[in-house]
Amino acid sequence: MSEQQPKRQDNSRVITRLLGSVMIMFAFGFALVPLYEKFCEVTGFNGRTSNTAATADASMQVDQSRVITVEFHTRVSRGVSWDFTSEVRSVRLHPGEVKIVNFYVENKTNRDVVAQALPSVAPGEASLYLNKTECFCFENQPLAAGERAVMPMQFYLDPDLPDHVHRLTLSYMMYDLTDQVRPRTASTNRSE
Amino acid sequence: MSTVVTDTHSAHDAHDHHDHKPTGIKRWLFTTNHKDIGTMYLWFSFIMFLVGGSMALMIRAELFQPGMQIVDPHFFNQMTTMHGVIMVFGAVMPAFVGLANWMIPLMIGAPDMALPRMNNWSFWILPFAFMIMLSSFFMPGGAPAFGWTFYAPLSTTYSTDSTALFVFSMHIMGMSSIMGAINVIVTIMNMRAPGMTYMKMPLFVWTWFITAFLLIAVMPVLAGVVTMVLTDKYFGTHFFDAAGGGDPVLFQHLFWFFGHPEVYIMILPSFGIVSAIIPAFARKPLFGYASMVYATASIAGLSFLVWAHHMFTTGMPTFASLFFMYMTMLIAVPTGVKVFNWVTTMWRGAMSFETPMLFAIAFVVLFTIGGLSGIMLAITPVDYQYHDTYFVVAHFHYVLVTGAVFSIMAAAYYWLPKWSGVMYDDFLSKLHFWSSLISVNILFFPMHFVGLAGMPRRIPDYALQFADINAIVSIGGFLFGFSQLIFLAVVVKAAMKKGEPAPAKPWEGAEGLEWTVPSPAPYHTFDVPPQVK
Repeated sequence: MSEQQPKRQDNSRVITRLLGSVMIMFAFGFALVPLYEKFCEVTGFNGRTSNTAATADASMQVDQSRVITVEFHTRVSRGVSWDFTSEVRSVRLHPGEVKIVNFYVENKTNRDVVAQALPSVAPGEASLYLNKTECFCFENQPLAAGERAVMPMQFYLDPDLPDHVHRLTLSYMMYDLTDQVRPRTASTNRSE
Repeated sequence: MSTVVTDTHSAHDAHDHHDHKPTGIKRWLFTTNHKDIGTMYLWFSFIMFLVGGSMALMIRAELFQPGMQIVDPHFFNQMTTMHGVIMVFGAVMPAFVGLANWMIPLMIGAPDMALPRMNNWSFWILPFAFMIMLSSFFMPGGAPAFGWTFYAPLSTTYSTDSTALFVFSMHIMGMSSIMGAINVIVTIMNMRAPGMTYMKMPLFVWTWFITAFLLIAVMPVLAGVVTMVLTDKYFGTHFFDAAGGGDPVLFQHLFWFFGHPEVYIMILPSFGIVSAIIPAFARKPLFGYASMVYATASIAGLSFLVWAHHMFTTGMPTFASLFFMYMTMLIAVPTGVKVFNWVTTMWRGAMSFETPMLFAIAFVVLFTIGGLSGIMLAITPVDYQYHDTYFVVAHFHYVLVTGAVFSIMAAAYYWLPKWSGVMYDDFLSKLHFWSSLISVNILFFPMHFVGLAGMPRRIPDYALQFADINAIVSIGGFLFGFSQLIFLAVVVKAAMKKGEPAPAKPWEGAEGLEWTVPSPAPYHTFDVPPQVK
C-alpha cells in the first residue's frame, strides 16, 4: 500500500492540471470572439468599416496621381421586401477626394419597419482606408409602410491607401431589425 | 522495488479472487473493468457504423440516378448531416477509445485504466448522447440538416428546433471524449510497468497519448462553439449574426480550429495500429521508432496552424491563404516520414499476409492516396475549383474510410484472438477484406473525377453528365456497405467462441506485453506489474 499512496496523489495532480486545461480551452474558445474582432479591426480582415464618422483632415492632400474605382453593391437580407439601390453603380475618385453617394430604400410592405445597413469592403485591407464622414449605416433606419427614403453617404479614401489597390467594392446588406430594436424617435440623416 | 509490489499484490489476491464479476446486465452497467468497457465501446461504435452506413446507403440510393426519386431534398440533407456526425463522433472516435481501453493497459503492463469509475461514466453517457441526437428525426422538421459542420447561419437562423438536441448531444459527446482523454493520459503517465520508459512504449500508446492531448485542447472549443450556436438561436446573442454585429465567418474559424485537430484525432491512433501490425507480419522491428514518435508529435503540433485551409474561398487576404497553404503542405513531411518508415519496415521482411496485415497494407496505400489528394486541396488557387465538390468527399473518405476505418478493422483482426480466445474465421475475413478493398475503391475513386468535373457535394440531384459515374459509385457503396455484414459475422462468430482456440501469441512476429497474457485475456491482468527490460 505504501506504493499506492504517492501514485494516487500523482493521479489527482495530473487530473487537476488536465481539467484546468479543459477549462482554459473552453474559455479560450470564447476569448477568440473579442480577439477576432480586435484582429479584424486592426487588419481589416473581415472587411468591416468603422462604425463612427471620420472627420476629413483639413491638411489632407488629394493624391491626383491615382484614380480608384469604388463599386457599390446593395442587398437586402432574405425574406425582406424592400428596394435598396444606390444612385450609381460605381464612382472613380482620387484618394483624399470627398464624394457623396445617395442610396435609395423603399419599404414595399404595409408595415412599419426598422432597417439597418451593414457595410463590408472587399478587399478587406482597403476597409481600413475607406473613411465615411457621414453614413446612413451609422444608425438604424425607421421606415413607415410604403415609405421611400434617400440616404446619403459621404466618404473619402485615405491617401495612404496601398498602391496595389485600384478597385474596391463597398457592399451594403440591409437587415430587418424591427423585432430587435425600438425605432429612433427623431430621424436625423433622412430626407424626403 | 518490484518485489515489494509483488508481495502486496499476492496478499491482495488471496482474499479477492480473480474473475469474480457480477452477471447479467449489472456486469455491463456497473463495470469498471477496462476490458468490459473497451468491448462496449467497440460494439457501440460498430452499431453506430452500421447506422451511419445505412444513412450513406440512403444517400447513394438517391444519387444512383439524376432527378429526385426516393427522398425529398430536406431529408437528403438530414441524411448527409447525420451520416457525418454519427461516423465521426459515433463510429470512429468511440472505436479508438474502445481500442485504447482494451489495449493500453495490456500494452504498458497496467492492471486497469487509472480512473475506472470515470471510464464507466464516459462510456455510458455516449448511448444517451446518440439517443438524443437520433430522436431528433421524430421532431417536426426532422433531424439537423445543416451538414456535420453546422455552419452558421444554417444552424442558427435557418435551422429547426432539432438544433437544441444536436447541441446538447454534442455537449455530452464532448464530455465523454474529454473524460476518455484524461483517463488515457493519467493511465499512460502513472500506470506504466517498471522499466516501461516513454521511449519503450508501443506506438499505439504513443499515438493515443498525443491524441488525448489534442482532445483536451479542442473538444472544449467545440463545446464553446455549439454553445454559441445555441445562444445565438435561442437567447438573442449575436456571435455569428452580422445584423447584430457578429460575423458568420468567425463561426468557421472557431469550428475549424476544433475541426482540423479533430481529423488528426481520427487518424493518429491508426498510425499506432499500423505501426504495431506491419512489424509483426514483416517479422522485423519497426523502422525508425523515434522518428515515428517525433513525426506524430509534429503532425499534432502543426494541426493547430492549418485550420483556415478549409476556408480559402471565404475571401482571406493573400498572405493568410499562403500561410495556411504552406503550413498544410508542411504536414506532408512528417506524414511522409511515417509512410517511408512503414514501407522500409516491410522492405526485405519475411512477410506473410494474414488479414490484419492485408488491412494494414491497404491502409498504407489508400491512406497515401487520400494524403496526396489532400496536398492537391491544400493548393489555394486550385482549391477554388475543388472546394465543396465531390473531390473533397473523395479525399476525406480515403483518409477516413480506407484510413481510419481500415486501421480499426486491422486492429480488430489483429487483437480479436486476444479478446475472444479464438481465431477468427480465416475464409470469411479474407472475403471481407477483398470485397471491402474492391468495393471501397469503386465507391470512392470515381468521386475524384466527378468532383474535378464540378459536381457539388451535399446536393440530392445533379447534372446528367455525372449520371454514369454516380451509378458506379452507388453500386460500390452498396457492395461496401453489405461487405461489412461479413465483418459482423466474423466478429459474432469469434464472440461466440466458435473457432480454433488461440494461443497466447497467435502471430509469430508480434511484439509487446499484450501477448504475454493468455488468450482470451483474463478478466484481471498484470496484478503483478511485469518487469520491462
